[in-house]
Amino acid sequence: MADRNSTSYMFFFAGAVCLVCSIFVASSAVALKPKQDANKVVDRQKKVLSVAGLIRAGEELGPDVVAERFEENIVTKVINLDTGEYVDDVDPATYDMRKAAVDPATSVAAPAGNPAKVLRIPNHALVYHVMRDGAVDNLILPMHGKGLWSTLYGFLAVESDAQTVSGIVFYEHAETPGLGGEVDNPRWRSSWKGRKIYGEDGQPKISVIKGAAGSASSDPFRVDGLSGATITSRGVSYLVQFWMGDDGFKPYLDRFTAQGGA
Amino acid sequence: MSSKQNREAVIDPLLNNNPIAVQVLGICSALAVTTKLETALVMSLAVIVVVSLSNLAVSTIRNYIPSSIRIIVQLTIIASLVIITDQVLKAYVFDVSKQLSVFVGLIITNCIVMGRAEAYAMANPPLASLLDGVGNGLGYSLLLVIVGAVRELFGAGQLMGVTILPLVRDGGWYPANGLMVLSPAAFFLIGLAIWVIRTMKPELVESE
Repeated sequence: MADRNSTSYMFFFAGAVCLVCSIFVASSAVALKPKQDANKVVDRQKKVLSVAGLIRAGEELGPDVVAERFEENIVTKVINLDTGEYVDDVDPATYDMRKAAVDPATSVAAPAGNPAKVLRIPNHALVYHVMRDGAVDNLILPMHGKGLWSTLYGFLAVESDAQTVSGIVFYEHAETPGLGGEVDNPRWRSSWKGRKIYGEDGQPKISVIKGAAGSASSDPFRVDGLSGATITSRGVSYLVQFWMGDDGFKPYLDRFTAQGGA
Repeated sequence: MSSKQNREAVIDPLLNNNPIAVQVLGICSALAVTTKLETALVMSLAVIVVVSLSNLAVSTIRNYIPSSIRIIVQLTIIASLVIITDQVLKAYVFDVSKQLSVFVGLIITNCIVMGRAEAYAMANPPLASLLDGVGNGLGYSLLLVIVGAVRELFGAGQLMGVTILPLVRDGGWYPANGLMVLSPAAFFLIGLAIWVIRTMKPELVESE
């Protein structure tokens, strides 16, 4: 065996270890990707169902049940974000908003310096209609924006008056567990219920404040901040305002109410 | 190597040389993942797998590792194993892996894993090292599972998500102990465990 402490042996050894380790890591990542992606789809459906109030707290559902319940209650539509009209030539089952948002052909640059730090806005967006007795009961709108460490991806559920929040949920983020990660806390999420989005001027007025807000009826435009997570709270505030604003779903919501909830 | 020594490599770290209670290693993750029994169990499994495989790998190549870069080589191996474990968890127990979030990644910095690679695997043959890894992983798990079970039972009235003590807010009789859900509870429980083990085994107490 060559001298174990010679420089050339050290480089050779380090290189060999790295090569072997990277082969293992890369092959596990590639081999497990389809399964992980399937899990993500189910997880997103589950989040849509939970923000729609179709999963009770603590209820455990298998992937089949999730897919079935999703199928039964939710109608997925594709809309044109700019005009707010429904789009028929895009298949909602395969449309990927996040992929569309990075492709210059299917997206536009977001206004520079928008506080939610959204970079590009896809031309088309998915909206989920929660149906009850044949009518649209709730609208579930996807949104994302920057928190402290990560981009938060989530959904806002809005009642059919396009003004009252019925729920919020984030399905992907990497905020600090216990601080910003408390965006997942059911108690905080339920404090959004019943808050109003738009002020009298028709622009989004809802915001996450520092400290505690009043009840939904007495203090409808403000939501409790997360303690120890000022920047995450501010990020959530900005991203909700952004996606409910003119660059986001406002044209669609205006159209939706003008047509009497269809 | 006799089978008696092999057996000791597994049994010893459970009580006599428990990595958390006696060596006081790996406390950070023990606080974070023990609010529920399920996360504690999955985390335990992940640590057992990582520590035993890293011990095996390090021990297998121990005679070829240049001593000046041995720490970084150990870390590379450990980090790769942790990433693979994380990928497997994401593929097969997605919900739990979401709850464990960064703490699976933090197994890399868990002192137990590197401590065993450096202290044991570098000087012992592969089979013994593997068993030492399993033993230390089990020692870690034992405490994690006890702490996780106590915290979930008294903090949420449940075990593995099944209600044992019906909570007052759900119409039962048990008022949930909010402290148990917070991190300090894990400190108290680990402290109690250390006290119990030292009372049972006075020879572990350092002379003053």
